[in-house]
Amino acid sequence: MSDHRLNVLKTYKLFVGGRFPRSESGRVYEVTAATSAPGAAGQGDWLANAPLSSRKDARDAVTAARKAFGGWSGATAYNRGQVLYRIAEMLEGRREQFAAEVAAAEGLSGARAAAQVDAAVDRWVWYAGWSDKVAQIAGSANPVAGPYFNLSTPEPTGVVAVLAPQESSFLGLVSVLAPVVVTGNTAVVATSEKAPLPALSLGEVLATSDLPGGVVNLLSGRTAEIAPTLAAHQDVNAIDLAGADGALAADLETAAADNLKRVLRPQPVDWSADPGTDRLLAFLETKTVWHPMGV
Amino acid sequence: MAFEYAPAPESRAVVDIAPSYGLFIDGEFGEATGGKVFKTLSPSSEEVLSEVAHASAEDVDRAVAAARGAFGTWSALPGAERAKYLFRIARIIQERSRELAVLESLDNGKPIRESRDADLPLVAAHFFYYAGWADKLDHAGYGPDPKPLGVAGQVIPWNFPLLMLAWKIAPALACGNTVVLKPAETTPLSALFFAGICRQAGLPRGVVNIVTGDGSTGAELVAHPGIDKVAFTGSTEVGKAIARTVAGTDKRLTLELGGKAANIVFDDAPIDQAVEGVVNGIFFNQGHVCCAGSRLLVQESVQEELLDALKRRMATLRVGDPLDKNTDIGAINSAEQLARIKELADSGEAEGAERWAPACELPSAGYWFAPTLFTGVTQAHRIAREEIFGPVLSVLTFRTPEEAVAKANNTPYGLSAGIWTEKGSRILWMASKLRAGVIWSNTFNKFDPASPFGGYKESGFGREGGRHGLEAYLNV
Repeated sequence: MSDHRLNVLKTYKLFVGGRFPRSESGRVYEVTAATSAPGAAGQGDWLANAPLSSRKDARDAVTAARKAFGGWSGATAYNRGQVLYRIAEMLEGRREQFAAEVAAAEGLSGARAAAQVDAAVDRWVWYAGWSDKVAQIAGSANPVAGPYFNLSTPEPTGVVAVLAPQESSFLGLVSVLAPVVVTGNTAVVATSEKAPLPALSLGEVLATSDLPGGVVNLLSGRTAEIAPTLAAHQDVNAIDLAGADGALAADLETAAADNLKRVLRPQPVDWSADPGTDRLLAFLETKTVWHPMGV
Repeated sequence: MAFEYAPAPESRAVVDIAPSYGLFIDGEFGEATGGKVFKTLSPSSEEVLSEVAHASAEDVDRAVAAARGAFGTWSALPGAERAKYLFRIARIIQERSRELAVLESLDNGKPIRESRDADLPLVAAHFFYYAGWADKLDHAGYGPDPKPLGVAGQVIPWNFPLLMLAWKIAPALACGNTVVLKPAETTPLSALFFAGICRQAGLPRGVVNIVTGDGSTGAELVAHPGIDKVAFTGSTEVGKAIARTVAGTDKRLTLELGGKAANIVFDDAPIDQAVEGVVNGIFFNQGHVCCAGSRLLVQESVQEELLDALKRRMATLRVGDPLDKNTDIGAINSAEQLARIKELADSGEAEGAERWAPACELPSAGYWFAPTLFTGVTQAHRIAREEIFGPVLSVLTFRTPEEAVAKANNTPYGLSAGIWTEKGSRILWMASKLRAGVIWSNTFNKFDPASPFGGYKESGFGREGGRHGLEAYLNV
């Protein structure tokens, strides 16, 4: 037996509707390892050819997300929490793979990349626990001046387009994705443009975590190509602009006004810090139900 | 046997309307730069009530500067002190509520029964409710010591002039913001009277500024670089334009926009109660209500019975003098709005729906539209899709709860919905499926300062009322 074995490379594919398609456009782009020298991004070794998603891929992903919304938002909070916890379990078992991918993607040492993956696993666990608690902190029983039962409860806003952070390719991604889906939204994610591989591998974890197909859809490619389609899409209810820079973010917010999407503007975030509830609450609607009381 | 009603007018003497009003900036009334004015009419008679200053861009700038100047001191006041100003305002509104109700009915055209029994009590209650929050913000769930945003630019509609002012100003001030508010062009007077109430309450100068004018004044305000927050209630079309204006800035935005609510009546609903709810849902405030139940979805098996009862009830609605205490439906707010209602109602006929209105004598002067219903409406008809904002009800039918949900949700709007059934589990199932911010079950058009109000989808975002309403004015 030879002591030098040629390894089997992975074909990275999109994750849409629970399946792993290539871009309908047939396009790919080269993904290279980050080098540690500042400004050397893109000069590293070749890692893979990632799908270069088209606008049609984005529309297909929205269709899948919409189709999944009824079932996912209608699932019990307990069930959604269990699914998110299952994602953490599956990820835990593949820590080494993700640590290697994050190290290559972000130019981190093995130890620092592993710490990112561990934090991402813990983040899934943290958000999993929120599924059946968020209504208790975001809802209210309202003492109206009359004989009425009056209750406000949060509901998912619908299909959320997520522009994942560009720099933090994995912990950042998990930090913006988990709070969107735990409350019952479905997501179409544009992954980090230059470092999409950890995100695309996450699709393999999601596919084996009892997450219904279409709840999370992952698109690699040029953010500036995919995002305008998502921002202008009439069947997208909200957009997280985390991965958009200032000028693009302003254009996308303008496009999003066309059907009054909820917009979360980009802001500096330390992805390793306690995330708080902001992202969790940003994609919720408050529904208030009245009913008369009487005999 | 029909009983005639004798006229029962509320006295106009309780309100003293000046021949002209200026802008309220930094605690003083003054003319607009350039001296431009516009007239405000009583829509029930077309009588000119007063001449009002039309704020220029320069005036908006002065108002924003006044609000900015007042912000430091106001936001630094202990919450308990801000609360006391708001409690004072609530009390003065209660004291002057009859005067304000008559004024509102004159300027807006709404029946005195509604301005007296709905608008004004809710206005006072809103200030009372948010006054109590001002020193309890630490406990509101937005973290310790949440901060105000700064200067809020607020633009409100003409359908509930003083109530929309209260919804905007009370939470803004409670949270420590200062405001520049632009009332609607056709209903500026109650906001200007409110400015007087601020003076009676001793509110520090510049905390509340009122700039009157038309849409251009509102556009100047929301585009002004000196404001930190935009709050708008009005049409979805203008709301989208505002969202585009605000895009790419640091301004926060909340929008409360249009609606096309379904009022869904199941075959087991008590018909008489449902009819009252349907009538209240669409004819309250002449249908000038963003959450009006403008689409009646009735289960096929009771369609005939319900429509017969509804028509009988509609025939008893009294349309006329807003100041008459027996009036159910007042005047349409403006000639422009009347033209829009007529155009959409005509489109209903042109597209094949069947129009019905009770025999109804309308006054010769002023703007009037008889309560109207359309049957044979399909989901494709404009009167089933577009917000009419008038006393026009479109009737559609359904067979199953699933069909009712699908039809109710088949709209870009999502502000409110109504459900009429005796079956509790069906109410809760329906309520969970309807994509709307407020669900009235076996009731309709109920409002309360403790109850969050606001829409899904293109009905806007953010909530007004309740603990949730604080979020719009805190830096969280």
